[in-house]
Amino acid sequence: MSISKETVDYVANLARIQLNEQELERLSRQLQGILDFIDKLREIDISDIAPTSHILEIKNILRDDTPGESLPAEKALANAPSKNGRFFTVPKVIE
Amino acid sequence: MKLNTLTAHELIEKLGRNEIISSGIVRSLEERIKEVDSKVRAYVRKGAQGCQVTSHKDGELKGVPITIKDNICTEGFNTECCSKILDGFKPPYDATVISKLKSAGAAVFSLKANMDEFAFGSSTENSFFGTACNPWCLECVPGGSSGGSAAAVAADEAIWALGSDTGGSIRQPASFCGVVGLKPTYGRVSRYGLIAFASSLDQIGPLTKDVRDAALLTNIISGHDVKDSTSVDMQVPDFTKSLEKDIKGLKIAIPKEYFVEGMDPEVKSTIEEAIEKLKTLGAEEKQVFLPNTRYAVPVYYIIATAEASSNLARFDGVQYGFRAESGKSGTEGSLIDMYKRSRGEGFGQEAKRRIILGTFVLSHGYYDAYYLRAQKVRTLIKRDFDEVFKDCDCIVTPTSPTPAFRIGEKLDDPLRMYLSDIYTISANLAGIPAISVPCGFTKKGLPVGLQILAKPFDEEMLFRVANAYEQATEWHKVKPKL
Amino acid sequence: MNYEVVIGLEVHVQLKTKTKSFCGCSTEFGSEPNSQVCPVCLGFPGSLPVLNRSFLDYAVKVALALNCKVQEYTKFDRKNYFYPDLPKDYQISQYDLPLSREGFLDIEIDGRHKRIGITRVHMEEDAGKLIHQQGVSLVDYNRTGMPLLEIVSEPEISSPLEAYEYLNNLKSIIKYLDVSDCDMEKGSLRCDANVSIRKIGEKALGTKAELKNMNSFKAVKDALSYEIERQAQVLDSGGKVVQETLLWDEKQMKTFSMRSKEGAKDYRYFPEPDLPPFIISADRIGEIKKNIPELPQEKKMRFMKEYGLSEVYAQILTCDKEDAGYAEECFKAFADKDKKPVANWLIGALSAIASSHNRGISEEKLSPENLIDLIVLVEKKQIISNLVGKSVLEEMVNTGKSAEAIIGEKNLAQISDSSFLENLADEVIKENARSVQDYKSGKANAIMFLVGQLMKKSKGKANPKLAQEILKRRLENV
Repeated sequence: MSISKETVDYVANLARIQLNEQELERLSRQLQGILDFIDKLREIDISDIAPTSHILEIKNILRDDTPGESLPAEKALANAPSKNGRFFTVPKVIE
Repeated sequence: MKLNTLTAHELIEKLGRNEIISSGIVRSLEERIKEVDSKVRAYVRKGAQGCQVTSHKDGELKGVPITIKDNICTEGFNTECCSKILDGFKPPYDATVISKLKSAGAAVFSLKANMDEFAFGSSTENSFFGTACNPWCLECVPGGSSGGSAAAVAADEAIWALGSDTGGSIRQPASFCGVVGLKPTYGRVSRYGLIAFASSLDQIGPLTKDVRDAALLTNIISGHDVKDSTSVDMQVPDFTKSLEKDIKGLKIAIPKEYFVEGMDPEVKSTIEEAIEKLKTLGAEEKQVFLPNTRYAVPVYYIIATAEASSNLARFDGVQYGFRAESGKSGTEGSLIDMYKRSRGEGFGQEAKRRIILGTFVLSHGYYDAYYLRAQKVRTLIKRDFDEVFKDCDCIVTPTSPTPAFRIGEKLDDPLRMYLSDIYTISANLAGIPAISVPCGFTKKGLPVGLQILAKPFDEEMLFRVANAYEQATEWHKVKPKL
Repeated sequence: MNYEVVIGLEVHVQLKTKTKSFCGCSTEFGSEPNSQVCPVCLGFPGSLPVLNRSFLDYAVKVALALNCKVQEYTKFDRKNYFYPDLPKDYQISQYDLPLSREGFLDIEIDGRHKRIGITRVHMEEDAGKLIHQQGVSLVDYNRTGMPLLEIVSEPEISSPLEAYEYLNNLKSIIKYLDVSDCDMEKGSLRCDANVSIRKIGEKALGTKAELKNMNSFKAVKDALSYEIERQAQVLDSGGKVVQETLLWDEKQMKTFSMRSKEGAKDYRYFPEPDLPPFIISADRIGEIKKNIPELPQEKKMRFMKEYGLSEVYAQILTCDKEDAGYAEECFKAFADKDKKPVANWLIGALSAIASSHNRGISEEKLSPENLIDLIVLVEKKQIISNLVGKSVLEEMVNTGKSAEAIIGEKNLAQISDSSFLENLADEVIKENARSVQDYKSGKANAIMFLVGQLMKKSKGKANPKLAQEILKRRLENV
């Protein structure tokens, strides 16, 4: 599997990470190396093998529908880089 | 005798006899930090908040201080994962392990331990605050990602510490710094309040000066937590009881695959000596095979980065942490611009590398080839261990193929860096517990760690074997000269 | 040209659990901004989700009521995308193993029945709210993490009216289950529609458009009608329909193209590692099934059978669960086998009063027994006329008094005293010579005018039937 600069650029955009030209260049190269190494997995026969998403065999973990504590708005907003009264604010979203 | 050099169980005893007071321990640590941390750099943000502690002294820990890795939430105190993107983040809540520690009477240090940014690394070189150094050799890395926690304990700047382990992040630095480090079974310790790297692999665990302290700390932090759906509801045994048992007749598995390619010869001979020691203590050695070991690193780098890419999406400059000045506000694209610049400037190189790799392996058209395939191979790796534990009590391996390497040595070669986790990663993929204990030194005086692995929820076996070994050796008593 | 219409609906229903999907924050509507939030629903670093038991139970209930196959093994997945109303920048949703699949919903239009397939019903968490201002958007996370069901229909709906009926029936069923308010204005029910058209007889589907921003069922119907017309015009004039998302503008009654969002959609779904899977046993499904009440469709059939109602009447009376319950109590309190008079009063006079109050009939302050007393007084004992009956009903609703009390107080009982009515009849005959003349010369209608005059003199209380008889008799002697 080879990974092009365009692919890295597409993925960086999906991940919302700004990369400069130099970073793009370097990352493409490094990712290529990592992917070549990862491609070792292709040699195994995995037909009939179930994937493991959870290593523990636990299931049906549920909580009761009883209200717990919420945070006061001051605390919820205490770390906000930008706020207005009781709201977080972001650059205008244009739909 | 300086209080900061003692173990927690020694201090608890003294506190119990009213020979010392908790604040005295804190003071001796503060002095030590002042004395050596400009060299070791085990702690971050030292100027900003000093050594405040929060505690309930009536618990069994009687006010013994504890050092916390920078990715475990402490209410009201900066928790930044050593990343610029979490600049100034003060969580409005304590991680479950912190609540447990407080109610057990620990004095929780507000000063946090250095780490690789978001636990991405094996050297602590990826910390936004600069690399921590190995107390045994300041030109060498302390390992990572819990390098600050390990270095602080090794340098007597901490009594004991909490770290987190996703692919070896407790055990490898413990090995590099000559301390004890345990990764509990996945599900044994609540992850609530641990800032997630890879949710299906992460566990919090202790870094301590001896096995007894590790058992004691594991007692306190373990147990079911209703806030973590992946924490297991089962009785936690008193792990200190395991320290009383000998290891006569235990079957110790030596995996053939771990003793080939790439292992440092000094590490190899040190580990072989350790195995001999275990045999003289009555254990039986058994050669076993873990044939899928060779796939562990690639599987890990797919699963861990995929989960990380999603877990770290929330660091977007909206609710907390760093936000870059965005372009023209109110114009189309200014929101996306804000996201991309905040994340572009806020994350370090390794974080970007992993997020992009993780995003790629999940992206349209690649999921089956990478993520799904990795999950299937993960099943095979787990089966290898199940097979071995059918007739062995534990597995013994080196913790790391090499001793601590020099700062900068592997920084530009991510793949080589990733391969330094080759012996530790499988335990996370299989969800099993593993401990690293000091087992000797190289000629240059760098510590070597012995890794012991057991079946799920059998930490007792680890403490039993590790303690028997520790009692029969003196490695854990040697201190670095700083 | 004539086209065939293909519509699929994607409905989001907010469930009325007490707490959010994955944390203990309250789900109450209309609180101060960012007051019902905690580290979990804010997606603060280190926080973890734990599923609300009621969310799962309610979801299974809805899935069963929509005839879906509830899957034994279900799990959550992460849907990854960046948006400020999504604090974790991923939504916990369900992807390849949804809670349930392959259900259906029956609708009826002009007596014609149609079964609409339901592809899947799955669980997911809601996002927060954005308020757009000059230059900035404000974010309120109170709604974040509220439990949502996504109900996806098969593209088997062939007209805006069918879509409208589908939504009405869906809402009716969910309200019967008492698991959601299904209030589109409050946002507890939201609907997006996919619509395409194709030449009749053509097999391949046309290019579809996705319609959003409809705030009522009527708006869905209007938007679909508009969009179908628009697509038809595009095709008629030789153009091509573009696949796009369109927003409905209620004021202008038009759809507008959404400016395309940057980049393609690539949600990178993968299993949510923080939530182990859920196994829903046949026993559990059986238990939940037991708690499902009789649903509108069954109730309608039963009303037709047990109470002899027409399908239209039964449909109207069973649309709302509480109203249906009220109607049923009324039917039971009415001794006659033929319940039509009761149905007439419920759907006619009482519904009119209730809807003027913006309420359902069951919400009025009127016990079924009192209503039946009134109906008996009008229809059987004929103590008062239908007209007077309606005003008595209004008074009963307003005051809570019984029909008899009101009739007594206001002296409204009909007069059936023949000698009194004979006197009035004579007066009327004397005073309306012209109409009498008309009647005599064969204009039978004139009698009605004379009855009206008599009623007027009796202040509406004369028994109209008797009055007419007496008038006719007296006129013979004139």
